[in-house]
Amino acid sequence: MKPTDYSERTVEVEGWQVHLTTYRLGDVFHTKADNVSPGAWLARTTGATEEESEQRALERARQLLARTRRHAV
Amino acid sequence: MAEYAHPEMLVSTQWVEENLKTPKVRIVEVDVDTAAYNEGHVPGAIAWAWNTQLCDTVRREILPREQFDALMVASGIARDTKVILYGDNNNWFAAWALWQMKIYGHPDVCIMNGGRKKWISDQRELSTEAATAAPSAGYQSSAPDRGIRAYLTQVQIAMMQGTHAMVDVRSPQEFTGEILAPPGLPETCQRGGHIPGARSIPWGKACAEDGTFKSCDDLKQLYSAEGVDGSRPVIAYCRIGERSSHTWFVLKYLLGYQYVSNYDGSWTEWGNLVAAPVEKGAAAAVAKT
Repeated sequence: MKPTDYSERTVEVEGWQVHLTTYRLGDVFHTKADNVSPGAWLARTTGATEEESEQRALERARQLLARTRRHAV
Repeated sequence: MAEYAHPEMLVSTQWVEENLKTPKVRIVEVDVDTAAYNEGHVPGAIAWAWNTQLCDTVRREILPREQFDALMVASGIARDTKVILYGDNNNWFAAWALWQMKIYGHPDVCIMNGGRKKWISDQRELSTEAATAAPSAGYQSSAPDRGIRAYLTQVQIAMMQGTHAMVDVRSPQEFTGEILAPPGLPETCQRGGHIPGARSIPWGKACAEDGTFKSCDDLKQLYSAEGVDGSRPVIAYCRIGERSSHTWFVLKYLLGYQYVSNYDGSWTEWGNLVAAPVEKGAAAAVAKT
């Protein structure tokens, strides 16, 4: 199968920039969320629509990013 | 425009698509998220899990030599196999795997430029069937090349004597000490900051929007602006050594610097050491000569 409907966008979650990459493979949309600056993977989700898949990724990213502590420098 | 010092260390997604069934070519996906492969992968590619197959699972150590040889056999790789590595996150762990393969002297191994991201955005075929490889007849690695790996004591000496360019490839917030791990990931060190004297050059600055590496000219400019021009040996580090293998690859093979090593102990080692010197905040400006 060939992936289609490829898209990328950056949003802010809990004060951090999150990059969302979504594509469709067959009937399933796949989303990957990563934090922009280090580029580390946060969540990989699926859904029947792009919206559903991205919503799930954002929810997981939100849970993880809310735990990140900023320290005084 | 200058060409990379070792263009043979990269293949394009197009090249891979045209060589999916070429004998003596083995394609291997190595991801940060080891579940990514199951979602869909380059047809015929096998997968290596960085956290179980590319390290000693008891000690904190890269794959011991005998286990490396066994992995090559199980993966259908002989000494004359051309190995193509690719993965997610712009090839972080693909670079980590390549670094280990070079430690053990595999002659022909390269990276698919742009990795998983480029393959998918190109809308090339994805397979969801796990591929298997017929074992190779045997594999005997070379004696480890320790010149491309930096250990703690070497880094300490380099820091004290100022003999090396030290490149911290983590995010700016990790470098300054504002955060102790990439946002969303567990804190894995006791102290934040960076090795004194290190320059902050986040790994991602070496990549273009599509996940491929920037041009040789752009890369030269990026690193030389921070005083990393190949005139001194370089040590790259990050948190656990995978992002820094990406930068190690850039400096060693795309820019052709002769002495580049990856400090895979990285910040999870240094930031947990008792009494280790730590610098916080932004780095001072590069001294102009």
